Amino acid sequence: MRPGTLPRLLYGTPNRPASYAEHVATFGDLTARADLLDELGRAGLTGRGGAAFPTATKARFIRDQRGHRKFVVVNAMEGEPASHKDALLLATNPHLVLDGAESLARAVGARDVVVAVARDRTTTVEQVTRALTERPDRGIDLELQTPPGRYVAGEESALVHWLDNNESLPQYRAHRPVVLRLEKHPVLLDNCETVAHVGLIARYGADWFASVGAPGQPGSALVSVSGAVEHPTVLEVALGTPLAQILAAAKADPSPRAVLLGGYGGTWLAARDLAVAYDLRSLAERGATPGAGVVVVVGRASCGIRETQRIVAWMANESARQCGPCAFGLPAIAQDLARLRDGGGDARDARRRLEQRCGVIEGRGACRHPDGVVRMVRTALAAFAEDVADHEAGRPCAGARAGATVASVPRLEHERELVWE
Amino acid sequence: MGVIRHGEFVLRVDPVQCDGFGHCHELAPDLVDIDEWGYPIIRREPTPLADHQSLRSARYAVRGCPRQALHIERVEAPAVPPRRA
Ligand SMILES: Cc1cc2nc3c(=O)[nH]c(=O)nc-3n(C[C@H](O)[C@H](O)[C@H](O)COP(=O)(O)O)c2cc1C
Ligand code: SF4
Ligand code: SF4
Repeated sequence: MRPGTLPRLLYGTPNRPASYAEHVATFGDLTARADLLDELGRAGLTGRGGAAFPTATKARFIRDQRGHRKFVVVNAMEGEPASHKDALLLATNPHLVLDGAESLARAVGARDVVVAVARDRTTTVEQVTRALTERPDRGIDLELQTPPGRYVAGEESALVHWLDNNESLPQYRAHRPVVLRLEKHPVLLDNCETVAHVGLIARYGADWFASVGAPGQPGSALVSVSGAVEHPTVLEVALGTPLAQILAAAKADPSPRAVLLGGYGGTWLAARDLAVAYDLRSLAERGATPGAGVVVVVGRASCGIRETQRIVAWMANESARQCGPCAFGLPAIAQDLARLRDGGGDARDARRRLEQRCGVIEGRGACRHPDGVVRMVRTALAAFAEDVADHEAGRPCAGARAGATVASVPRLEHERELVWE
Repeated sequence: MGVIRHGEFVLRVDPVQCDGFGHCHELAPDLVDIDEWGYPIIRREPTPLADHQSLRSARYAVRGCPRQALHIERVEAPAVPPRRA
């Protein structure tokens, strides 16, 4: 891999998994390096599953836990309906992910790696199975597990709890940081894309990693762009790339109404805020984060309030229904949003109640599922402020009632029964 | 009695265990509010341990919770800010 060039994670033929031999021919042999965690720290790699926490800090925390046995869990659940990056990565360079997982395992003192793929992603399950079969034994046990494909099943405590107890339910944690445990042994859990970056940094080092990206914002990231675009697509971009350039590359509607960033628990950016670089620091100035690398474009023909309502209704349905404020609060705000969407008499009350309920729900679940919904709703009210005013005045735009919806939301009426096991 | 206790406490609720009947709100109304669905909203600001009245009602609430979902957690009072030299 030459420095300064992209793609790196997606090098090769998209959707044709590189065999182990092809993988080694492309990337070279993986040699264990004793200083891996320092190198990850120098590289400034942050988690790509949502929270953007420094990967080296997390790994050191688990390395320093006592215990004769540890696990590494690769989170390839990808529960965001608008996210396709982890699936594409595993469909292109599965061995890069496995390399990264083995390297992390050695660095924290683990002998076991679990790759978790949602069981309804049957193609990915096959691809990972094949990669595991053809891979030579390098002293680390690699295993595929297939939890149910539900949104909260990818939340870290729910995922580990499923691996441990066959139940995809998030766990209440009174204190953070928490050490996740599998059969009582400490677990290092990282997102699939994060782990693939480790596979590259383990080979080429931190300076190579930073040979793309902006100052202080090193490296590349996978972005799933969907919505008002010619074709939904996954791009590998250098951090610091202008968001406008990402939208153009995906052939997005050239004058969007707004963009949803990060995921369905992410942040809406209004059209006026789109002149921003895609990296942690620049997005933070707009109150946003790259999250799980999701970008949903909403065009002028669509109603942002309607889109928000559809997403919240789906997210409410995905609640694990363990915590009252989440189980009752999310359906309630979905209903408020429906009133606001329809406009007229109830809309103003609905908006007021929505703001009040967001404040009440926030921070009161065992996991951050409701907090994500609240963030998304609050930023929707800000990004679509003019539309909100029109709806309150009884003048919802045409898109509120009919026409194209863009956010990909599994159809609720076709949802199978809730499966947690 | 009469012993001055330093530091502060907060009540914490385990939302998975909580049944939402709001018993704690009746036992410690000054520390626990209730939402429209009956689930407790715990006061977020820490209360001084020296506030015997509040500490007592917090204990009532903890003991009265049928699900053992409430916990008293001690938090250290913020250090006195260093004076400027
Ligand atoms: C409701 C919910 C769903 C989540 N789903 C996923 C997921 O599907 N995949 C994922 O990698 N992280 C998901 N996360 C984030 C994980 O809990 C965890 O932070 C992440 O996998 C850690 O990896 P990273 O440090 O590499 O980002 C989810 C979080 C929440 C609150
Ligand atoms: S906050 Fe919601 S999704 Fe998270 S554990 Fe509680 S009920 Fe489940
Ligand atoms: S008394 Fe316990 S179970 Fe009942 S509402 Fe309060 S915290 Fe929940």
